[in-house]
Amino acid sequence: MKPAEHNVERCGGASATPPSPRERPRVARRPGGRWLGAAMFLPAILYVVAIIGVPFLMAFLYAVGDVRVGSVGYHFVGLENFRSVLHSPAFRRSLFNSVIFTVGSQVLVIVGAFTLALALRDKFRGRGVVRFLVMLPWVAPVSLGAIGWKWILDSLYSVINWLLVAMHLFRQFDAPQWLGEPKLAMMSVILVHTWHVLPFSTVILLAGLTAIPRDIPEAAAVDGAGFWRTLVHITIPMMRPILNVALLFGIIFTFTDMTVVYILTRGGPYDSTQVVPSLAFFTGILGGDLAEGAAISLFLVPILVIVAYLMLRVAHRAEVT
Amino acid sequence: MAVVETRGLTKVFKEGQLGAVNNVDLVTREGEFLVFLGPSGSGKTTLLRMIAGLEQPTAGEILIGGNVVNHLSPRERRIAMVFQSYALYPHLSVYNNIAFPLKAQKIKKELHREKVEWASSLLGIGGLLDRKPRELSGGERQRVALARAIVREPTVFLLDEPLSNLDAKLRASAREDLEQFHKRIGTTTIYVTHDQVEAMAMGDRIVVLHQGFVRQIGTPKEVYDDPADTFVATFLGSPPMNLLESDDVVVGFRPEHFLPADRLREGSRIPLRFRVTYLEFLGAERILYGSLAGSRFEEKEVLSRLPAAVSEAFQVASVYDFGVASESLRFFDRQSEKRTQPKAIAWQ
Repeated sequence: MKPAEHNVERCGGASATPPSPRERPRVARRPGGRWLGAAMFLPAILYVVAIIGVPFLMAFLYAVGDVRVGSVGYHFVGLENFRSVLHSPAFRRSLFNSVIFTVGSQVLVIVGAFTLALALRDKFRGRGVVRFLVMLPWVAPVSLGAIGWKWILDSLYSVINWLLVAMHLFRQFDAPQWLGEPKLAMMSVILVHTWHVLPFSTVILLAGLTAIPRDIPEAAAVDGAGFWRTLVHITIPMMRPILNVALLFGIIFTFTDMTVVYILTRGGPYDSTQVVPSLAFFTGILGGDLAEGAAISLFLVPILVIVAYLMLRVAHRAEVT
Repeated sequence: MAVVETRGLTKVFKEGQLGAVNNVDLVTREGEFLVFLGPSGSGKTTLLRMIAGLEQPTAGEILIGGNVVNHLSPRERRIAMVFQSYALYPHLSVYNNIAFPLKAQKIKKELHREKVEWASSLLGIGGLLDRKPRELSGGERQRVALARAIVREPTVFLLDEPLSNLDAKLRASAREDLEQFHKRIGTTTIYVTHDQVEAMAMGDRIVVLHQGFVRQIGTPKEVYDDPADTFVATFLGSPPMNLLESDDVVVGFRPEHFLPADRLREGSRIPLRFRVTYLEFLGAERILYGSLAGSRFEEKEVLSRLPAAVSEAFQVASVYDFGVASESLRFFDRQSEKRTQPKAIAWQ
């Protein structure tokens, strides 16, 4: 049967019909057409496989083996490493710290970013400059910023302490050890991490805020609502999906991040700021126990999967209802 | 109920630019339905937003119920506003949308249900209280917005083009509903529109605005029959008034007054020859496009609007004897474009 007749029969006589499914590949096929799509996909797939897939698989293999830096053989040990990790006080401590670190910084980030977004939404003189300054901590290399903070919080040369002493609030050798006392160290790490990720959440929330039609807060104002009522009953509920997105990203960025901890405290003092990723790094890479390091880092996976699932569900519900 | 007054109200958005609203003086009457009418960019919405307190005036005063309210926030002005987009709160049910102003004004909770039910039954949306705004049609949303506006019994109603998002059929019925609704509650209402049909049909009085200036304030009949200037004359009426320039005056007459000569009384008739170039049949009426012939206004384009009762046939490219009654003529100063006294002019 000729293609034309085929068309007529299938489409009830309409003359200008699109080609039937059987004919379509013939039209689409160009020189190399069959491979072009795959070729364009390839870099992305290679990238994901090489940078994420392979290490993930290796981590899994290491975690059920007895691999150390320099060891030549590989022996399957089952869940031995996981059992050992779960029994290690250092791991439990770091898991607890990770939760404190994440919750603490995310509370600050969401409150701070929302406040900044509200302030940056309205037009004022110099808004562009302020927006740029707010973005700086995010665009500047984290190591650069964290090293700056290391000096700001230094035990001897801290500018904060210099100020506190100059203001006669503390005596010269009695000033707070920002990175040397467990509670202060955790606080410092949380604050510096907050400083670093705040701009990202601010930008997300600012985008969400500007997406609310201007009429709506105006209607609320005419209806008699003040700033707080509009914020609590109108703006925040309308921002719920975007707040969830910001929180989801924030939690994942924070839970898996070790840069700030590594540069400021290296997990100290006495593991009081040790978080799961930094513990994995110190155990596996610096300590040479690749198997246990891999096992520690794999503990992040189920936790993050659950967080991501929950947040996506909440976001979806907010969208549907 | 209250009277809204503006004195020398001006809004300049950017320094050095022409004001969006310039030196507007107006006073509403108790319980009146006042319409701000003008083309887009005429400043009508800005004027309304200043009255609502959403925009700060550059100069001038706003009085509501005799008190200057310039420094008061929207909520302290006790006005209600319906936005062009309705601005319903998308995450709240219809019930909570309507109850929001009550909560915001800290009215006792026991009264909420009663008041919401009163407002929603007044607008016939009692059955929709559990829905979310996105589950409503355009007409229903508009009713919810109105219910939200009346629920706390405001002293003044501000409506910003509330019908412009409805389709033509719905618009006509919503217009009638709005009129009925205003009659029932009798609250002073300011209504912004660019649609002259809406303005004529609904307004007790019309404020015609152009480039931020008030061109005329009057009843629909006054602004239509006795336009204050050539802008009002051409903006109101569809098709617009015919204007002919003669020396230092502009003579105007409505297309419906430009009729076949035998339809006009002999004594007051000004005869004109009309060359028809195009015909439009609109059912209830016919619009004849063409130009004057054989006078000093040769080639001047004019329109005639004939009711269906005029049954004569007209041919394109033919010339007919038409005319206009002298009492239907309106005169404007050519320089200032303002209305002037009738004048004798040479027609031939």
